[in-house]
Amino acid sequence: MISGGVTKFAKAHPDMDFRLMVKRAFDYAMKDVPKLKSDDIESTRISYFSDHFARQLKAASMVQDYLGMNPKDSRRIEWGGATGGQAIQAGWETVASGRNDVCLVAGFETMSHVETWKGNEFIALASDTNFDYPVGGFYTGYYALMVQRHIYEYLRKTKFADIKDEKRAQRAATGEAKRIMAMVSVKNHVNALNNPYSQYPEKLSMEGAQGREMVAYPLNRPMICTMSDGAAVAVLASEEAAFKYTDHPVLIKGVGCGTDTMRLADRPHGRVPIFAWETDEYYSKLKYPGVHSFRAGRTAALEAYKNAGIRDPKEELDFVELHDAYASSEIQTYEDIGLCRYGEGYDFVDQGHPFLEGVDYGLDLPNRGTLPVNPSGGLIACGHPVGATGIMQGVFAFWQLQGTIKKHFGNDRLQIRDANRGLIHSHAGTGSSVTVTIMERA
Amino acid sequence: MPGPKKFAKFRDVMKEVNSKGAALYKNPVGTEDLVILSPYSVKYIHSYAEDSPFFLGLAKGKLLGSECKHCHYRYATPRSHCMNCGQETRWFDLPKVGRVHSWTTCYFGSEEFLKETPFNLALIEFEGVDTLLLTRLKGAKESDIYIGMKAKAVFRKTPRYLISDVHFVPA
Repeated sequence: MISGGVTKFAKAHPDMDFRLMVKRAFDYAMKDVPKLKSDDIESTRISYFSDHFARQLKAASMVQDYLGMNPKDSRRIEWGGATGGQAIQAGWETVASGRNDVCLVAGFETMSHVETWKGNEFIALASDTNFDYPVGGFYTGYYALMVQRHIYEYLRKTKFADIKDEKRAQRAATGEAKRIMAMVSVKNHVNALNNPYSQYPEKLSMEGAQGREMVAYPLNRPMICTMSDGAAVAVLASEEAAFKYTDHPVLIKGVGCGTDTMRLADRPHGRVPIFAWETDEYYSKLKYPGVHSFRAGRTAALEAYKNAGIRDPKEELDFVELHDAYASSEIQTYEDIGLCRYGEGYDFVDQGHPFLEGVDYGLDLPNRGTLPVNPSGGLIACGHPVGATGIMQGVFAFWQLQGTIKKHFGNDRLQIRDANRGLIHSHAGTGSSVTVTIMERA
Repeated sequence: MPGPKKFAKFRDVMKEVNSKGAALYKNPVGTEDLVILSPYSVKYIHSYAEDSPFFLGLAKGKLLGSECKHCHYRYATPRSHCMNCGQETRWFDLPKVGRVHSWTTCYFGSEEFLKETPFNLALIEFEGVDTLLLTRLKGAKESDIYIGMKAKAVFRKTPRYLISDVHFVPA
């Protein structure tokens, strides 16, 4: 990767249509590598999630057109919520295969053209329309179903195993999970205070995070990302070509992708695919993935770590930008990608591991900062214009690894010192597809 | 002819567009954006195809699962071919009583279901069946429900041929 740009995500951008949003991000990226000329770009991979939101079929062709990329090779990439992550991998494949030396990855979404509740309907159409949607299709509801079972498996059966009354035990476990999910929400909103690209920077308190309006029990508003308008681009180049344009490219070292059933109801109850540092015995009683974990995420991580030669991610990664559409799925993802074992996600937060050093969260964090997660504020604080989101993560990771956060954010408070290797993670529809990409300082 | 009315708040723009069809947004970034109403409505002629017997079953008060003829994996949400071995499945009667495998109460939702909030979603597990069924759980409040709770199927008297022809209540 040799450059990137983001058009700040916003609730609405009525002054820019999708083409101009992409153009702004593209111009920013081009300005950052003055030696790169538009003619040097040989192909484009353009991503957006929804034709319903765009209300313009083949909108990617119009982006291609607006950027002056015709008649070069191009295609649209769509993979639900993982659209952006998938687009980066599509661009990577284009270059890694030797087909092109320079490929532009560009993504966008315009979600403001319908009211929020209609938008929720469009998103829910990415669930089985025969069996899931008509029951009351609502994505926050689906993720609430998943975290409820996660809480049951990993808090009710452990920390709260002593309480005999089943309902009381479950309520106590959920209370504990809500407290820890609120910590994730605080982390991401507070991190965002130093990210000018964020939409919801806030000095959020634990009381504030736990007290607000419930959307789908036990998920409340500050634990949920919002629909947005926005765009992001990443310019990818072969190793040889990259150094022609910049002295500080970032290497895409490993990619992985996994999938699972569209319907939650169909998820198997089998064995855990384990990392090198885990054992089968540890999970002997666990039925996996059920609806509590994302097998697609674990599959993607296994492939990406294999390609990148990573044995123990918590030792070998310096930061993670993951798909925190919900505070719950951030915690579930720690376990999927092996930052801790299944069942240890809540404790991972409570101990402070994913928080940043040198940022005041107003929390007591004994093991703070061992592996910062979502230093940018993630989807919860930046927003989630689907087709742009995964690319935005790539751009933030790129700047981290270049050590140029100060240049792009105007301050270096979120710059991870000596960041050598980062992970980006993009996630679609209840975990039906997930991408993991490993990036390294070149 | 007077032009579209101008507003500084986007919320007011939306209101005006909804009633008058067009409005101008005095954008703080310095632009004046013309915003119009653009309706969109579709009627699909949707065939349930291989899933048809399931929905016809609901209309007769029957809950049909499918079982793989080869590996005998049993699906509570039916499919005509097994996802494990690829072989055909056969229909079987699901029990009408199951247990709550997971659940939530939704206080918001998609536009289509917003008027029904709050409502409960539940994944139901059945004895001897490998997969689950997503359904509404009625007749119970957030404070009543727990994982493992028994629930039974109730069918809509006048079928709409939708999955919502069945819902569950505490058993």
